[in-house]
Amino acid sequence: MKYLPLLIANIGRKKMRSVLTVGSFAVALFLFGLLGVIHLAFNQGVEVAGVDRLIVRNKTSLIMPLPVSYKEKLKQIDGISSVTFATWFGGVYKDPKNFFPQFAIDVPTWRAMYPEFVVNDQEWKNFEQDRQGCIVGRKILDRFGWKVGDRIPIQATIYRGLWDFTIRGVYDGKREADDTTQFWFHFNYLNERTPFQKDYAGWYTVKVENPDIAPRTIQVIDGRFANSPFETTTETEKEFMAGFVKQFGNIKLIILIVGSVVMFTLLLITGSNMSLSIRERTNEIAVLKAMGFGSPLIFSLILAESVGYAVTGGIVGLLLCKLFTLGGDPTHGLLPVFVLENQTAFLGVGVSVAVGLVSGFVPAFLAMRLNIVDALRRI
Amino acid sequence: MENISNPKETLITLIDIHKNYTRGSETIDVLKGVNLSICKGDFAAFMGPSGSGKTTLLNLLGGLDVPSKGQILIENEDIARMPEKKLTDWRARHVGFIFQLYNLIPVMTAFQNVELPLLLTRLSKKERRRHVETALAIVGLADRMSHYPRQLSGGQEQRVAIARAIVTDPTFLLCDEPTGDLDRKSANEILDLLTRLVNEHEKTVLMVTHDPLAANQAKVRFHLEKGELAHFDGGAA
Repeated sequence: MKYLPLLIANIGRKKMRSVLTVGSFAVALFLFGLLGVIHLAFNQGVEVAGVDRLIVRNKTSLIMPLPVSYKEKLKQIDGISSVTFATWFGGVYKDPKNFFPQFAIDVPTWRAMYPEFVVNDQEWKNFEQDRQGCIVGRKILDRFGWKVGDRIPIQATIYRGLWDFTIRGVYDGKREADDTTQFWFHFNYLNERTPFQKDYAGWYTVKVENPDIAPRTIQVIDGRFANSPFETTTETEKEFMAGFVKQFGNIKLIILIVGSVVMFTLLLITGSNMSLSIRERTNEIAVLKAMGFGSPLIFSLILAESVGYAVTGGIVGLLLCKLFTLGGDPTHGLLPVFVLENQTAFLGVGVSVAVGLVSGFVPAFLAMRLNIVDALRRI
Repeated sequence: MENISNPKETLITLIDIHKNYTRGSETIDVLKGVNLSICKGDFAAFMGPSGSGKTTLLNLLGGLDVPSKGQILIENEDIARMPEKKLTDWRARHVGFIFQLYNLIPVMTAFQNVELPLLLTRLSKKERRRHVETALAIVGLADRMSHYPRQLSGGQEQRVAIARAIVTDPTFLLCDEPTGDLDRKSANEILDLLTRLVNEHEKTVLMVTHDPLAANQAKVRFHLEKGELAHFDGGAA
């Protein structure tokens, strides 16, 4: 702590250089945070997927339906405690750019299947009683400035016509990463109005009594419907979500490559700045060593200076990223969970410290090895 | 060995000091068997032409370099044989350095510059402040504590450097051309200050200089030529 004034004085020595170095870190860590946010957005379904839930879909493709009669058949399988189903509606609100997922849900079974989504009891009751009612996630409610009781026209793209819904309630997520951009309405309403594909659901979600029996249950389900007109593929909710994300490409690899390039560039910039800074201060370092500042102390001070730049810039960048995410999903629907998690922020600070240490190591080592007599002779 | 005929206690004894450097295949002998002793409270000047080995001798006395051969006994401790870590600690406790170009840290105030050596001690912040204020008062810069080096004249900068050198109350001060970058008036002020440190504060000062006027302020003068002690003048300045 007593060396802090020395550190601060050195960091503030060349203000423009310090600002640019800190700025480089800030930009890089802003990007790091943003990549983390995007990664979470793509993977939030995977991250928060229920460990005791399985998804049963048509073996041919996710867009091929399954009969609603499977509900009762699934319930009869040992180890399955509850079953629900839903269908992708795929409508748009006013403009195609106003994308958000709409699901026609099996109302009696849906709420119990997803306890992470919280709906007021009275609102749910109102929803149950209104066949044209809908429940909307908090984020889309806020995004469009809707309120409970509003009538919402949705233009169907897969089905036909303009569909009117009345908002009967709002749901929130128990966790920050829970997706609150969904729009739920009665499957029966869809089933009534649809001239084709009557009594077919998009997919089933089943809850197993114990996650340990999931692999066996998957085999039993798929075996049960094998050789039928509607064969199934069952997988855990996590696998299902991961497969969904894979459709966008290897997001993780892209993020890793971009992040690595940015960090490596940062390493070079900071290492170069630190080397320059130390070279300019050769005589001062020699004087400090002459005074009795030992080599390990000199090494630590320079490393601390490098880490100081890194952490300051890192925190600034992460704070800016946090501010940016507070503005909500800039794509209006593609990234339903657009938040900088604390875990990512801490990881960002950790990365800053690591880059600071690595980039400062060589200059600190050279300063530590500086020969006092040679350095003083250079003055 | 040149002995200073002085009843005072001997502080420094150099015995057969050699220092050579190797440049490629060539070996350069900078010091060739120097023997001398200096007493506590002496103001000693080392004179001689460029390349005579003055600064090398000063570096050896300050523990910044080690001799190729010989003993450097300071308070009966041979610093030539000390491991680096111990030598670094020894420097912090026993030596105050004053350089020709002051070598203050430009981004720190006079106070902070003087405080630097105290950071290596166990003194509290309050105690450090008291020591720094005392040192700056001794050099006559109590009112310039919050000034940065760029806001001070050359003479004032050198005084801050002297305050930094004395703040830990070292055993002796090593001055490498302390007036070399100053005008005559400022140089005289610095020399008066060094003399005052010797006379009033019982400091031991060893100074390398080219300036005969500066050397005349010293009580004893060593003349070096081609790495050897040519003669010693122990007359009162």
